[in-house]
Amino acid sequence: MHESTSTVSLGHREDGWGRELKFDSRLRRARLGLLIGLVGVLMIFISFTSAYIVRQGLPTFDPATNTLVRDWFSVRLPRLLFVNTILLLLSSAAMELARRRTLQDVQSTNDSPNSESRIQWLALTGLLGLSFLVGQWTVWRELASAGFYISTNPSSSFTYLLTGTHGAHLLGGIVALLVAVAAALLRRPIESRAILVDIAGWYWHSMAILWVYILCLLEFAR
Amino acid sequence: MATGEFAGHVPHAHAAPQSFIRKWVFSLDHKVIGLQYFFLALTAVFVGMFLSLLMRIHLVWPGVSLPLIGDIKPETYLSLLTMHGTIMVFFVLTTAPQGGFGNYFLPIQIGAADMAFPVLNMLSFWVTFIAFLVLIAAFFVAGGAPLHGWTGYPPLSALQSAGPGEGLGADLWVISIALFCIGALMSALNFITTTLDMRAKGMSMMRMPLTCWAWFITAILGLLAFGVLLSAGILLLLDRNAGTSFFVPLVTVNGIMAAHKGGSPLLWQHLFWFFGHPEVYIAILPAMGLCSQLVSVFSRKPIFGYKAMVYAMLSIGILGFMVWGHHMFMSGISPYTAFAMSVMTMAIGVPSAIKTFNWIGTLWGGKIRFTPPMLFAIGFVSLFVTGGISGPFLAQPILDIPLHETFFVIAHFHLIMGVASIFGIFAATYYWFPKMFGRMMNERMARLHFWFSFVGTYAIFMPMHYTGMAALLRRYSQYTELTYMHGLAPLNKFITYAAFITIAGQFIFLFNLFWSMKRGEKASDNPWEATTLEWTTATPPPHDNFGGLTPVVYNGPYEYSVPGAPQDYLMQTDAPVKAVGH
Amino acid sequence: MGLALLLVIWLITFISTYVFLAKIWWLPTGASAAAAGIDHHFTITFILMGIVFVAAQVFLGLFVWKYREQKSSKRAHYTHGNNTLELAWTILTAVLFIGLNWASKPLWASERFDAAKIGAVQVEVTGMQFQWYFRYPGPDGKFGATKPELIDPSAGGETAVGLDPADPASKDDVVTGTMYVPVNREVEVILRAHDVIHSFFIPSMRFKQDAVPGLAIHMHFTPIVTGDYEIACAELCGLGHYKMHGMLKVVSQEEYDKWLAAREAEKQ
Repeated sequence: MHESTSTVSLGHREDGWGRELKFDSRLRRARLGLLIGLVGVLMIFISFTSAYIVRQGLPTFDPATNTLVRDWFSVRLPRLLFVNTILLLLSSAAMELARRRTLQDVQSTNDSPNSESRIQWLALTGLLGLSFLVGQWTVWRELASAGFYISTNPSSSFTYLLTGTHGAHLLGGIVALLVAVAAALLRRPIESRAILVDIAGWYWHSMAILWVYILCLLEFAR
Repeated sequence: MATGEFAGHVPHAHAAPQSFIRKWVFSLDHKVIGLQYFFLALTAVFVGMFLSLLMRIHLVWPGVSLPLIGDIKPETYLSLLTMHGTIMVFFVLTTAPQGGFGNYFLPIQIGAADMAFPVLNMLSFWVTFIAFLVLIAAFFVAGGAPLHGWTGYPPLSALQSAGPGEGLGADLWVISIALFCIGALMSALNFITTTLDMRAKGMSMMRMPLTCWAWFITAILGLLAFGVLLSAGILLLLDRNAGTSFFVPLVTVNGIMAAHKGGSPLLWQHLFWFFGHPEVYIAILPAMGLCSQLVSVFSRKPIFGYKAMVYAMLSIGILGFMVWGHHMFMSGISPYTAFAMSVMTMAIGVPSAIKTFNWIGTLWGGKIRFTPPMLFAIGFVSLFVTGGISGPFLAQPILDIPLHETFFVIAHFHLIMGVASIFGIFAATYYWFPKMFGRMMNERMARLHFWFSFVGTYAIFMPMHYTGMAALLRRYSQYTELTYMHGLAPLNKFITYAAFITIAGQFIFLFNLFWSMKRGEKASDNPWEATTLEWTTATPPPHDNFGGLTPVVYNGPYEYSVPGAPQDYLMQTDAPVKAVGH
Repeated sequence: MGLALLLVIWLITFISTYVFLAKIWWLPTGASAAAAGIDHHFTITFILMGIVFVAAQVFLGLFVWKYREQKSSKRAHYTHGNNTLELAWTILTAVLFIGLNWASKPLWASERFDAAKIGAVQVEVTGMQFQWYFRYPGPDGKFGATKPELIDPSAGGETAVGLDPADPASKDDVVTGTMYVPVNREVEVILRAHDVIHSFFIPSMRFKQDAVPGLAIHMHFTPIVTGDYEIACAELCGLGHYKMHGMLKVVSQEEYDKWLAAREAEKQ
């Protein structure tokens, strides 16, 4: 796992100001990177949101009547979507438990004994996350059977677009979880593992918050 | 010489990789990755130049059949210009200055051992490389490369039926750009984190070389802009392949109704240009930072107005997000919005002007050394002025009416963004070649290259102002149909001849580059007598840049000719000298 | 080298400025009411920016030669800048740039903020790959409905724009491939496009506006000189973009009336 190797070596260098603990500065750097990365991801969804709002309000020229008409017809969101949301929020809770406990492990320099329970929490997060994605897929099938495909109307297009893009990003989060679990199983140094779990955790929470935002947009900005 | 103080020896500096694959292919070393980006851009620029040469030949001799390529049909011409623009903007101007030189020198100039996230760095290069391959593949698929211009306006870019090349080739174009966005976002993340978190002791933000500021601000622009382009690309891909109508209203192509309705072509333009305008600053800021660096080093004077330079770049960055509408004055947007955007556009000319005054101010009272990098820096200033002057014409919507979509626009952006940025890349190459390869580039060849390029690019692009004023329109595969355009043929011919000669001159650079790697005069650690951190370390730098040591910085980056100092330059790591009489 | 740079920079500057001043190539002769104002503002911009251009290049060339390193050179002049100077040229530049733009606002407003006057000659301009069609509303002053399913470019004329014969207002609509307008009267143009974005550009009229599918964009201009004026498409629309041209014929009111009457007669 060369990622850990190179971050280890950098973390051992003296940082700019003051005498910080090596682990703390590594963690801070990783969190800074994640925050910046999330800004980049946020821009994608801001972009989609602006397209959504614009499209919603856009009158279309109807050549038959030579007038401008509105053609936005909101999609009725399947109830399953709200169940999925609960699943995702629960997964966030599991993730947070894993994250905090792993950070505590660093403090206590207690490496092996508790790592299994951390893996369990990570695995639970992943499982819940996976069920969220399966649930999203099921929502898509429900929409399709009701006659709403991605190309049916602008509202349905955005529904698929927003849920799909979010789902792709959540899948990335699951990959991060797998990496964190693999690191634990491979008995990598606790500091590196803690950083992986911490970053995966904050990313996961961001995806949960993003999801709540998307749900509100679809449900209320109709 | 470098008498810099270094903080204690750092243990655990990780060993350099040994195998060929780890060392040169999947390297995590920012210096190798920087070179990979550089050589990618070098390949891309010759492909892009070749495409433009074919375009110029076709415009003057439309009927000519070229060896190997054959006839250039109208759709071929349009695909040439589409690919020329896409390759140059993305894989040259957004790759070499930032991914190439930024990757190589940002960590060193701030005193770090590498970028914050080396694995991410490596991934960002390979994603960009794959994006390039995907783009080139468009030439070879059925229907060929797309013909909708690098700006890809729908419905033309969204409808497979709108023209040859709008099939698989257009999908590959979108996918390539989407991949490029991802690579750029990853890279931006790295640059910003590195700059904020890994500066050596004493290297405050206001002691950073202006190159570092430029790379930093460019990365912020990229972070905020590429996500928007990515989202537009996703929407376009869906319109093209999933039957959605984000951008396509009810249209009939050749009498056949397309399966779309209700979309807005203007939505694409807004999203695209919201990215597109910051993109032009992404293309030029690193060159501006480098120009500041070079005029200072080679005038043996501090940069005139360091703080103003920083604030100017920051203003350019911020204002750059508020002016995108000036690409859309004629598009059907509200004329009130258009005017508001034009006011902001005129405003953004101000920080650029300040930078120009400061470069010229740095030359004043200096002791100028005409090294190859300095020649290109001076050339940069001249070209930037010329390209910049045409801006205020286009920025005023009333004047944009006659000038929009003419060669006046082409002259403007080629001079201020294309050529100026390329001069920045040349300057960077000549300047940093000794540090990267341990040898000097040949000076005679460099001067010859400079004159070919400087005079040549003026000869190509200055006349385009004239043809543009005379209403010669861009993206026309030939000028045979409209009578008023016939009279511009001699000028077009002149431009094409100039292009031949200028492009020929670029081979001098290419030869010099590779020849000097093997046969160039050996370089010392600091052949230019410059002050910034890369010149304090060995040539080429060791794997962790500073040989296990951490630099400590005491001086600003431009302490040249300090009265009372023993030499006319003070390294950033040298003990500070109180300027006599200051 | 310093001298060479000075000479080349100055030479390029003076030659290119001369070519501009001599107007060897220039904007086409204006033939609309707006042209004089636009051209005047163009000239003002040109003069002001020209001064800045020449000054910047002259100083660049001068300094590059004057401050070249020579054997006798002492150290360079150590200074980090001059805040007063920075402030001064920032303010001057801002005033110049923003002032220039603000001065153009009345022109822009009259071109774009205000709608066409009542009584303007109405022409609907439709762009499609790769042809312009012009529709006149006829004596009833109303444009008939069009239906996309009725569009058939190969048939030309009314069918090309998809005119709906069922709509009574369509009966007197005239569709042509050449645009006729009477001189000295405001023309209201309603721009439409069928397939992709096109742009309606008449260089001599200083008129340019994109024609966007899904929109009907209202613009206006007033031709003041009779004659024939080429129309060019100014937005990449596919492989025939270069040959998507038309002709604007500006004629006297009597000739225009005669022409329109003849077109109406043909429809019977």
